[in-house]
Amino acid sequence: MSLTSKDKNTIKGFWATVAPKAEDIGTDALSRMLVVYPQTKTYFSHWKDLSPGSAPVRKHGKTVMSGVAEAVSKIDDLTNGLLTLSELHAFQLRVDPANFKILSHNLLVVLAIQFPDDFTPEVHVAMDKFLSALALALSEKYR
Amino acid sequence: MVEWTDFERATIQDIFSKMDYESVGHNALARCLVVYPWTQRYFGKFGNLYNAAAIMGNPLVAAHGTTVLHGLDKALKNMDNIKAAYAELSVLHSEKLHVDPDNFRLLGDCLTIVVAAKLGSGFTADVQAAFQKFLAVVISALTKQYH
Repeated sequence: MSLTSKDKNTIKGFWATVAPKAEDIGTDALSRMLVVYPQTKTYFSHWKDLSPGSAPVRKHGKTVMSGVAEAVSKIDDLTNGLLTLSELHAFQLRVDPANFKILSHNLLVVLAIQFPDDFTPEVHVAMDKFLSALALALSEKYR
Repeated sequence: MVEWTDFERATIQDIFSKMDYESVGHNALARCLVVYPWTQRYFGKFGNLYNAAAIMGNPLVAAHGTTVLHGLDKALKNMDNIKAAYAELSVLHSEKLHVDPDNFRLLGDCLTIVVAAKLGSGFTADVQAAFQKFLAVVISALTKQYH
């Protein structure tokens, strides 16, 4: 299920619309993840405040989205482009890769809410494929 | 037995009392067929599913989407025994329709996204949690009779 050139164009086009609101989107997606999938809170026991929209959530949402932006810019070779991030997640953060799917789902929910007209089924399938490919690249160094 | 908080019960009833079954059902099923094209395997008799536009415009898809969404009414009316309420439908999906239960989750995700787009900011994290829990319980009940 690799990205076709049509997928890549769709993603780059949609990302241009999304990018200005990246921080809000990242914050909302992360907030939802922590509420809807409480097991994900186990990775953030060092934060003082895990409530939706809190300062650490906002800061981290911004970090995550800049990672997604980087992936968009390296869409032609995600595996090599995201090697450093993969090493970070594999060796330091040790996030169970199952959680990538969970965050991806919440990103899609937020995109649907923020862009009800632009998030068409075609954009949805391209973004779902992209986030899956991103997750796969992030998992590269795990074992 | 599933425990529902007052908030969850109220939220679920509220979402469905305001539900536009035709629009949401149609969009959720069509989106599922576009985003997860292998789900089209169950709809060989639906005619033209060649591309997203054909799927979105297909009247059989629209009608079936509405039917499937109304299938959730059973759970709404039997919140305290969803497992029993879906025994027959579970047998149907397993023995007659031969649907891989993973597809229930795929359709559920598309339904969540369509409802989110409709409700906008009203689809808060807590509302999302209640809605996804409801779908998970229905899906579990639908999967129960598979063997």
